[in-house]
Amino acid sequence: MEEELIISGRMNYKVDPMLHIWGWEIPFYLFVGGVAAGILFFASFYYLRGKERVYPATIKIAPLLTPFLLITGLVALFMDLNHKMYFWRLYTHIRMESPMSWGAWTLMVVTPLSIIWSFTYVREVFPKIDWKKRWIYQLEAFLVKHRRTMAWIMVFYSVILGIYTGILLSAFNARPLWNTSILGPLFLASGLSAGAALIIVFAKNKIERKLFSQIDIVIIAAELFFIVHMFMGFLASTEVQQEAAAMFLGGRYTLPFWIFVVFLGMIVPAILELLELRGQRIPVYIPAILILIGNIMLRFIIVEAGQASRYLY
Amino acid sequence: MRYAMAIDTKKCVGCSDCVIACQLENNVPVGYCREWVVESTNGTYPNLEMEFRSERCHHCANPPCVRCCPTGASHIEEGGVVLVTHEQCIGCGACIASCPYDARYPHPEGYVDKCTFCIHKVRKGEQPACVSVCPTQCLYFGDLDDPNSEVSKKIAIRKYKRLKTEAGTDPQLYFLI
Repeated sequence: MEEELIISGRMNYKVDPMLHIWGWEIPFYLFVGGVAAGILFFASFYYLRGKERVYPATIKIAPLLTPFLLITGLVALFMDLNHKMYFWRLYTHIRMESPMSWGAWTLMVVTPLSIIWSFTYVREVFPKIDWKKRWIYQLEAFLVKHRRTMAWIMVFYSVILGIYTGILLSAFNARPLWNTSILGPLFLASGLSAGAALIIVFAKNKIERKLFSQIDIVIIAAELFFIVHMFMGFLASTEVQQEAAAMFLGGRYTLPFWIFVVFLGMIVPAILELLELRGQRIPVYIPAILILIGNIMLRFIIVEAGQASRYLY
Repeated sequence: MRYAMAIDTKKCVGCSDCVIACQLENNVPVGYCREWVVESTNGTYPNLEMEFRSERCHHCANPPCVRCCPTGASHIEEGGVVLVTHEQCIGCGACIASCPYDARYPHPEGYVDKCTFCIHKVRKGEQPACVSVCPTQCLYFGDLDDPNSEVSKKIAIRKYKRLKTEAGTDPQLYFLI
């Protein structure tokens, strides 16, 4: 038996006895960032496919939420910083090795784009709005002309926004639970499924609802595959990763993860959506809310459990 | 130049003098430490073996903290010493999460703080505070590129181990065993 103790009383704040440098702010941001990425991806993707008329909730209505999502996410990120007044240092460097750096730059592109995109559709969704000033109408007309360019940039950057959060965590090889390349695709998929769930809530017409129910089912299937694959990878890996997996397979995260994230957040909503596609009448809010709760739980659990997993000391 | 430190675990008695010297020299805030002492017990009673290790930042040759820093505040200084520029650090905590040794902490003033190998003393030709104060003289600091430095001589003749090399960090603390 081997036992190691720190006898000099190291009790560094947020590091000992268990790392908790990231509290609620980071998983909250990962959640809203993921949802916004999902919505913006579908909006730009279907815009580029010329479906503006067919899928109004996807392209016009749901994106109106994204500036608010992204801005609350940015506020949460700012609150997480310990040296707040120096936050602008993020934008004096581009560091290719640091996923956080490309995340910061991606947000710098996506946030203004989401605002502009929403701005061009505000009057279509709320026809009563009057901008009053002539130059605002001119600006609007100018931006409407460039929607296609915006959509091309957005379809690309929304995927980066959705996937980089997972890559950011997976780049930390000091935390065995995060150190899996599946985390990027898993976070992207869960963001897309949350985005699709929100779109279903706003969708009025049947074609749109049906499409996104189908999309959601496919994405949830992919997520389940990623999760199983992730644990298979852990169990076939080194001792530290086996121990990280053990936290979910009998350890203290077992119940919240498998019940709230996998069962209530993925399997149940997928079944409900399948039933709905088969013609059963199910309020759309139920699967959507379950998916969103599952999503936020996934982020919180992964961020916390990752910090609890470590190289044995 | 490649600064490194050797820690003789056979001579260390775990007195924590190095920890206090570091806190005083570097004005480390109360309740925090840049270095610490680990007591490791191996075996089953009555066949026990004990080892003391004075630990700090390993000043890795492949430091994950420098890689993940979004602003370049964490960087590699002359001699491979890993440092944080306080005015560039935003306190995001990425480097703290990336360190397999948990050698970094958020300073109450916001930036991230860590062992500097007392580079301010080393530049003047002095030894780091922990090394100069050790009552059993079990710490050796110096340049690995210089075969005549104390640390080079020690690791040339003694068996040593490095911690968590499986994290791919290429750590530069050599524990003599």
